[in-house]
Amino acid sequence: MLEVKGLCKSFGGVAAVNTVDLSVDEGQIVSLIGPNGAGKTTTFAMVAGFVAPDAGSVTFEKQNITGFKPHRICDRGVVRTFQVTQPFATLSTLENIMVGAYHRTANRQAAEERARAVAEQVGMKALLDQAAEGLTVAGRKRLELARALATGPKLLLLDEVMAGLNPTEIDEIVTVIKGIRDSGVTIFLIEHVMKAVMNLSDFAYVLNDGVLIAAGTPTKIASDSNVIEAYLGHGAAERMTGEVAAGA
Amino acid sequence: MSLLKSRTGILVMIGIIVSLFVPVFVANKFYIDILSLILFSAFLGQSWNILGGYAGQFSFGGVIFFGTGAYASSILLTTFGIDPWIGIFAAIAAGALAGLFIGFISFRYGLRGSYFALITLAFSEVFRVIANSVEFTGGGVGIFIEHAPGIKNLQFTDPAGYYYMALVMVIISLAIAFWLERSRFGAYLIAIRENEDAAEALGVNAFRCKIYAIMITGAMGGAAGTFYAQKYLYIDPPIAYSIGMSVEMLLVTIVGGMGTVFGPLIGSFVLHTVNEVARHFIDTPGLSLIVYGVILVAIIGFLPNGLIGLFKSQKKQTGGKSDA
Amino acid sequence: MLAMNISMMPAAVLNGLMFGAIYALVALGLTLIYGVLHIINFAHGAMLMLALYATFYLFKFAGIDPYLALIIVIPGSYIFGYALYRWGIGKLSHGKDQNILLITLGLSIIFENAAQFFFTADQQTISLSYSYDSFDLGFVYLSYPKVISFVASLVICLMLWWLMATTDLGKAIRAVAKERQGARLVGINVENIYAITYGIGIACLGAAGCLLLPSFYVDPYTGNIFVIVAFTIVVLGGMGSIVGALVGGFIIGITESLGGLFLGESLGQIGISLIFILILVFRPTGLFGAKQ
Repeated sequence: MLEVKGLCKSFGGVAAVNTVDLSVDEGQIVSLIGPNGAGKTTTFAMVAGFVAPDAGSVTFEKQNITGFKPHRICDRGVVRTFQVTQPFATLSTLENIMVGAYHRTANRQAAEERARAVAEQVGMKALLDQAAEGLTVAGRKRLELARALATGPKLLLLDEVMAGLNPTEIDEIVTVIKGIRDSGVTIFLIEHVMKAVMNLSDFAYVLNDGVLIAAGTPTKIASDSNVIEAYLGHGAAERMTGEVAAGA
Repeated sequence: MSLLKSRTGILVMIGIIVSLFVPVFVANKFYIDILSLILFSAFLGQSWNILGGYAGQFSFGGVIFFGTGAYASSILLTTFGIDPWIGIFAAIAAGALAGLFIGFISFRYGLRGSYFALITLAFSEVFRVIANSVEFTGGGVGIFIEHAPGIKNLQFTDPAGYYYMALVMVIISLAIAFWLERSRFGAYLIAIRENEDAAEALGVNAFRCKIYAIMITGAMGGAAGTFYAQKYLYIDPPIAYSIGMSVEMLLVTIVGGMGTVFGPLIGSFVLHTVNEVARHFIDTPGLSLIVYGVILVAIIGFLPNGLIGLFKSQKKQTGGKSDA
Repeated sequence: MLAMNISMMPAAVLNGLMFGAIYALVALGLTLIYGVLHIINFAHGAMLMLALYATFYLFKFAGIDPYLALIIVIPGSYIFGYALYRWGIGKLSHGKDQNILLITLGLSIIFENAAQFFFTADQQTISLSYSYDSFDLGFVYLSYPKVISFVASLVICLMLWWLMATTDLGKAIRAVAKERQGARLVGINVENIYAITYGIGIACLGAAGCLLLPSFYVDPYTGNIFVIVAFTIVVLGGMGSIVGALVGGFIIGITESLGGLFLGESLGQIGISLIFILILVFRPTGLFGAKQ
C-alpha cells in the first residue's frame, strides 16, 4: 500500500535519512524502530509531506505522492501524529477531534457525532469537554491518535504514541491500536518501547544513522545480533528475547 | 448548553430590538453620532477579528482594505457617477481583492506571527504612498464627495441614518462571526491559529483557509470604507491608510476579546465610552490615546482573553467555548 | 533634468551614507533585541523620539551640547530600557511573542501621545554655533553635525561589537541568544540578561537621538519615520546581525537618498517599504543571516 524508495534527506551536510526503502502492506501493523537520531521522525515527515525529500519517492496506493503538501496527503488517506504532541491547546478534546472529523464532512452535527464515536473508540469519552492544554501526557497521546483517526485514514502514521506512558497506559493504547487495525486501518508506527512493538507489529524495520540495517518479523529482528549489538547496546539481546518470550 | 444558547439568543434579540429604537428615544443627536462611531469601529474590529482573532494572523495593516474600499466607491461615484449603493459592492470586491493580493504574497512565503504583522504594516505604507502619487485617487488633495443627502447616496442629514446603516453592518458582521463559530471553515481557522502544522496534518489546507479569511476581512473593510466616505464626504491618503485606524481595529478586538463573536463590539463600546468620558474632563489631544495604550498593555498583561473573558472564565473550565 | 540628477549623485550617495550611519545605530538596537530576546520591539521608534526629546531639553534648559549629552542620554536610556523590560514588558507578556509585539505597540501609543500631551505636537529643532559649518570636498559640502554623527555612529557600532565579542557580558548575552535553556542551566540569570540586552538596545537609541538631533528635528511622531526603516535594515542585514545592521543601514541610507533624487519626495518613500516586503518574501534571513 505504501512504497518508499531511495528516500534521502540531509540537514546541513549531515545525512539524516540515507536511501531508505520500505513498504507497508494493507491491513498490517508495521513498525520503524531505531535509536534517537536514527532518522525515524524525518522519514515520517517526508512520507506525510512535512519535509521535502532530497531524493527518492513515496508512493501510496500506486500513486506518487512525493513532495505533496501534508493536507493533500491527508486527502489521499495518510495521516500522521506528532511525537511532541501538538494539541489545539485552548480547544476542548471534542473540538480537537472535530477538526479531524471535518475532513470527511462539512456538517457540524455529523462531525460532532463522528468525533464522539472516535473518542469512544480511543477511550476518551470522559474527557470530551476538557481543554486540551489540561490533558495528561497519556491524554494528549490519545488525542493525537483520535484526531488523526477522525479524518478517516487508510494509513495511520503513529510517531511514538507510547513514549512517556506507564505500563498500564501502554497496554491500554496497544489494545486501542489493535482495535484500529481490526477496523481496517493500516498502521505504520515509530516506537522506542520495544516490548510493545514486538507484541504489536507484523513487520519491523530498523533504522540506524539514517540507514536501514534490518527488516523482518519482530522475532527475526529481536534475534538479529547485528541489530542488537550495533545500537541497542550490550546485553540487550538477552533482555529482549526474554521479553518476547514473556509476551508470547 | 441549550439553555445558555437560547439565553444568548434571547439577549441578542433584545439587543437588536433595543438598538432599533435607540434613535427614537435618544433625542440628543450627539449621542446617536457616538453610537454610530462605536458601531462603525466594532464592525472594523470584527473584520480584523476574522483574520486576527479566529485565524491568529495579526495584521498591522487592517486599514488597507478600508482605504481601498473607500477609494473604490468614491472614485466610482465622483468619476463615473455610479451610486454608492453599487459602489459599496465594488468596495467589498476591491477590499477582498486587496486581501487576496496581500494574503497570497504573505502566506505563499510562509510569513507568520510578527513577520506577517510587519509586512502588512509595510503594505499599508506602500498603498498610502501610491494613493498619494497617482492621479485617479486625487493624489494628496484627496477626493471630495458632493453633499447630496438621500438614501440613494447613502447620505443622511439625520445622524440616525448613519446609525441604522452602521447597525445593519454590525449585525451582518456578528452573523458572519457566529457562522464562523458553527462552521467547518471557522473550526479550521481556529485550528490554524492554535497549531498550523497539526491542522495541515489533519487535512486542513492552511494556505487556502488563510486566503479566504483575509478576503473576508478585506471585504468587510471595503464596506466600511464606503460607509466612511459617504459619512465624512472626504477621503485622502493619510485618512485612507492611517496606521492609527489599523491599530484601533486590533485594539477594540483585543480589549473586548479576540476570537469571540461579541469581543469587538464590547471592546469598541468600552473604549469609546472611556474616550468620551476622558474627553469630557480633559479635552487635550493625545490623552485618550494614552488611555488606549494603557488599556491595551493592561489587558494583555492581566486579561489575555479580553473583557469578555471576565464573563467566560467560569465556562472555560467546563469545556468548549465555541458553544457559547 | 536627468543629467542634473546624475551629476548630483555622488553628493546624494555621500549624504545617504552619513544618514545611513544613524539608521544603522537605530537598527543596531533593534537587531540586538531581536537577536537575543527573539522579540520585535515595536516601541523602537517611539523610544528614539523620547531620546530626541531628552537631548532637546538638555540643550534647551541646561545648555548641554547634544554631543556632550551622549554621556547622559546613553546611560539614562540604558536604565530606562532595563527597568522597562525587567518590571514591565517581561512581566506583562507572559513570555508570548505576540503579546510582546502588542505590548510594545501599546507602549509606543502611550509614549507618542504622552509626548504630544507634554511637549505639544510642534516640531522642535536646535541650532548649534557650528550647525552650518561644513567640510568642502569639492563636489559636496558636508556639514559638521553630519560628519560628527557619522564618525560617532561608527565608533559606537565598533564598541558594541567589542562588547559582544570579547567581554564576559557579551559572552553571556550570546549564550542566552543561542541556547536559552542551556544558559539557564550553567547559572546565567536569563531574565537579567534579557533586561540588560533590552537596555543596551535602548542605549543605542539614546546615542542615535543625540547624534540625530543637530541635523534633524523632533516631534511626537518622529519615531514613526524610523520604524519601518529600522525594521527594513534589520531584515535586510539579517535579524540579529550587528554587521548586517551596519551594512543595511548604509544601503538603506543611500537607497533613500537616491530614491528621493530620482523618484521625488513622495514616491521616494515607497522604496523602503518595497525593499522591506521583497526581503521578507524572498530572503527572510537577510543578507547576513544564517539559513534556517
